[in-house]
Amino acid sequence: MLFQLLRRFWVGLVEHLDGPLLVITAALMLCGLATVYSATYDANNRALSQLLNMCVGLCVMWAVAQLPPQKLMRFAVPLYLIGVILLLGVFFFGIKVNGAKRWLPLGFTRIQPSEIMKIAMPLMLAWYFHKYEAALKFRHFIIAGLLLIVPFGMIAKQPDLGTAILVGAAGFYVIFFAGLPWKVIFGMVVAGASAAPFVWTMLHDYQRKRILTLIDPTTDPLGSGYHIIQSTIAIGSGGGFGKGWLAGTQTHLEFIPERHTDFIFAVFSEERGLLGNSLLVVLYTLLIVRGMMIAANASTLFSRVLAGSITLSFFTYAFVNMGMVSGILPVVGVPLPFMSYGGTALVTLFLALGILMSIQTHRMLVKK
Amino acid sequence: MGLRHTSLNTRDSELDRFRFRLGIASAAVLLCFTILIARFFYLQVVQHDYYTTRAEDNRISLVPIVPNRGVIVDRSGAVLARNYSAFTLEITPSKVSDLDATIEALGQVIEVLPKDRKRFRKLLEESKTFESLPIRTRLSDEEVAKFAANRFRFPGVEVRARLFRQYPMGSVASHALGYIGRITTRDLEVIERNEVLANYKGTDHMGKTGLEQRYEFQLHGETGYEQVEIDAGGRAIRSLARTAPIPGNNLTLTLDAKLQEITEKAFGDRRGALVAIEPSTGGILALVSTPTYDPNLFVDGIRTDDWDLLNNSPDKPMVNRALNGAYPPGSTFKPFMALAALEIGKRTPSQTISDPGFYNFGGHHFRDDKKGGHGTVDMYKSIVHSCDTYYYMLANDMGIDNISRFMGSIGLGSRTGIDIEGESEGVLPSQDWKKRRFKRPEQQKWYAGETISIGIGQGYNAYTPIQLAQAIATVANDGVMFRPHLVKYITDSKTGEKTMIEPQPLRTLPWKSQNIETIKKALVGVNKEGTGARAFAGAGYESGGKTGTAQVFSLKGSEYRAGKLKQELRDHALFIAFAPVDKPKIAIAVLVENGGFGAQSAAPIARMVFDYYLLGKLPKGAAQEVQTDEEEEE
Repeated sequence: MLFQLLRRFWVGLVEHLDGPLLVITAALMLCGLATVYSATYDANNRALSQLLNMCVGLCVMWAVAQLPPQKLMRFAVPLYLIGVILLLGVFFFGIKVNGAKRWLPLGFTRIQPSEIMKIAMPLMLAWYFHKYEAALKFRHFIIAGLLLIVPFGMIAKQPDLGTAILVGAAGFYVIFFAGLPWKVIFGMVVAGASAAPFVWTMLHDYQRKRILTLIDPTTDPLGSGYHIIQSTIAIGSGGGFGKGWLAGTQTHLEFIPERHTDFIFAVFSEERGLLGNSLLVVLYTLLIVRGMMIAANASTLFSRVLAGSITLSFFTYAFVNMGMVSGILPVVGVPLPFMSYGGTALVTLFLALGILMSIQTHRMLVKK
Repeated sequence: MGLRHTSLNTRDSELDRFRFRLGIASAAVLLCFTILIARFFYLQVVQHDYYTTRAEDNRISLVPIVPNRGVIVDRSGAVLARNYSAFTLEITPSKVSDLDATIEALGQVIEVLPKDRKRFRKLLEESKTFESLPIRTRLSDEEVAKFAANRFRFPGVEVRARLFRQYPMGSVASHALGYIGRITTRDLEVIERNEVLANYKGTDHMGKTGLEQRYEFQLHGETGYEQVEIDAGGRAIRSLARTAPIPGNNLTLTLDAKLQEITEKAFGDRRGALVAIEPSTGGILALVSTPTYDPNLFVDGIRTDDWDLLNNSPDKPMVNRALNGAYPPGSTFKPFMALAALEIGKRTPSQTISDPGFYNFGGHHFRDDKKGGHGTVDMYKSIVHSCDTYYYMLANDMGIDNISRFMGSIGLGSRTGIDIEGESEGVLPSQDWKKRRFKRPEQQKWYAGETISIGIGQGYNAYTPIQLAQAIATVANDGVMFRPHLVKYITDSKTGEKTMIEPQPLRTLPWKSQNIETIKKALVGVNKEGTGARAFAGAGYESGGKTGTAQVFSLKGSEYRAGKLKQELRDHALFIAFAPVDKPKIAIAVLVENGGFGAQSAAPIARMVFDYYLLGKLPKGAAQEVQTDEEEEE
């Protein structure tokens, strides 16, 4: 009797979870915890608080996974509208931190509305394409483009290039999977290449500086080149097998800035070497492959494009972060998924994971 | 059937297209990850040796050398703020396993008082743990030696030579100078906004208020660097190369420190403010707000009990009354009203009114201070004897729009732009101001009756002492107006080049010279035969002035008997003045909070300031109140 009760509880608990996704993220989280521990244990150890963040994230993931995609669809428009309104709020009442206006004070706390857009954007566009699925015309792509460009512009204006890129990418992936004509894609590439000089003049000084130091970090070794120089030294000196856990000199002599957040990959790479890096890339690849499988087997257009977009977003996070830390992409504030310290970003990631699981586990129900 | 068929068909083709695109995306992912792995291979295998060497070389670290902060001197070179070097005992919390035990053990070697521990705790909360924080400041040589002998017992604890800010004149001019304090998170934002973060590596103090804050980036200097070899534990072994820091620029003030000191003493224990301006330049000669405080208390982190004392005192010593106190100007408003009347042609100097002792407006009696009135009053008499009725009438004739336009033009009710942050605006009453100030429509309307008391400097009027000083200085300087400033020039520490501050007039007001003469003559009359005569009896120079009394609370028709009122309910005393009349060298505004009549307590302070500044006469003690009978006209 008790056994049956426990069994039913267990089934209810795991019914809407996806095993492979869970195993892969668990492995990533373990790597993350160990690295956060190493990066912060000399001073203010954050591993425990990161563990707490992960638990909160897991609860959020479980809750979201219980909702069938049709229910998720209902959140699309309100969430998007709330996101846009909050972004407007940031524009007018936002508080400046480190020269950028990203936070909205709410009296008791402050929030970063651009974070909401990471989920709200793909959700909204997937809902939009799903609604016009039967008679998709070119103008729908134009409207989708407008829905994407407005919040993107507002976030880029804050300025928060990192988040803007992530939100923009998530939205673009939806449009791409919904069937944006190839002609348009190539047209955009050509237009983008020819518009680059104009964009250059519109960038903020500090963004230009970052791009310039990417090309030649040695021009500003004490200023903006410092991050890249120190993180490449950390990666390079890590060698094939790394210096060992807690033994990275770059990390522990405090040469790596922001070493438990955006630059955590430098710490991991220094202590774990090429072997560790490869393992990490394999884990991310597995995560993406599983996501793609879920997308390919999803039963509605909404689920398909949403799953596809979320999966590619995971890829974008990982690639942009590792690319910037290893010096092949400009430094933009993008955390490494499931590794970087930080509660808000982690919860957003788990929320996305929950959506993927919901799409996967509710697909049979829809078919029936 | 056909329709359904096509719909299914499109659905299938849609799915195919989706899966095709998924495939393309997978290929892109694979490509990108391959590039990443290739990059890792290049860095970690191909270039591994190179980067290993560089990581080793990273044992050479750049240690910032904090520059000497610029010195602040007064107009004759007397030092108001300088630096001195002293040894501090510092702990880097992240390198210490048990902080409490370490501090306990340190206490056995060197005296560590409870207040030192308290301050250290506070610093610890505010800073990052890898920063080195002082547990003791100003070690004696003996203490340094004692610690050196025991150093091996205390990893993570070091003796360091640090520069400290010192204000040699103590509390003198503290409200002008301001003070420096440890850099907080909010300060860091300011530094970052100004894109000078790199220059602040190693700096842990910056200006918090006053000139120290306003000229922070001038005073700071350029940080130097020392290349230091460090061992695996991060400890410095030897110095390899050095780029010397460039000291901060020095400030030379327009302020006269001696005058400032005498003036502060003249206030005694009274609360108040005084601003003295050189009319021909706008340079501030004295900027007083009493009570003052000792800025030296803040330099190495103020003690909690000192802070509580300063912060909780009912006298509010931390408030800069000269810039942030807004007071009704009382009768000191009258000469400006008179000038306005002449300029817009509402009065001529000889035009007279008859004063019965009150002014009747819509059935309400606006009382004059003098019972029975002043009789026949022309403009000269209206200022010299401070006749209220004359100005009740004048205000009504001019209307609020004319009044606020003129008063706005001489800077009343707007920030003067003095080189200290956080100045208040005060209140220049106008129809527009009332609309902005109040919410309900019936409150937003300006009533003609409200204009009457504006005429004698009461009602909504509220100005800061520095605005009044600027206004009287502008009249003294025949309408040529300057932005008041404390810094005369900045001396570049590299080139020795001097940059003058505000050498050009702000604007020249188009006043007729005979109008200015009329007002000046009346102001001279005040100090010769009017309300200021007693305070300026026997002065060795010719001066002009105007007394004023600002009501703290409404009298409601009852008679004012100062002695019967509680001190904090007594009126504020004001006095504005300038001297010498033919070529004014100094113009001032004095305010004594709850000082009663302006003639009684504010004017004697002005006399003392003028005597010292113009004749070099040193006063004996605090300015005594001049005894006046209560029927004195204000």
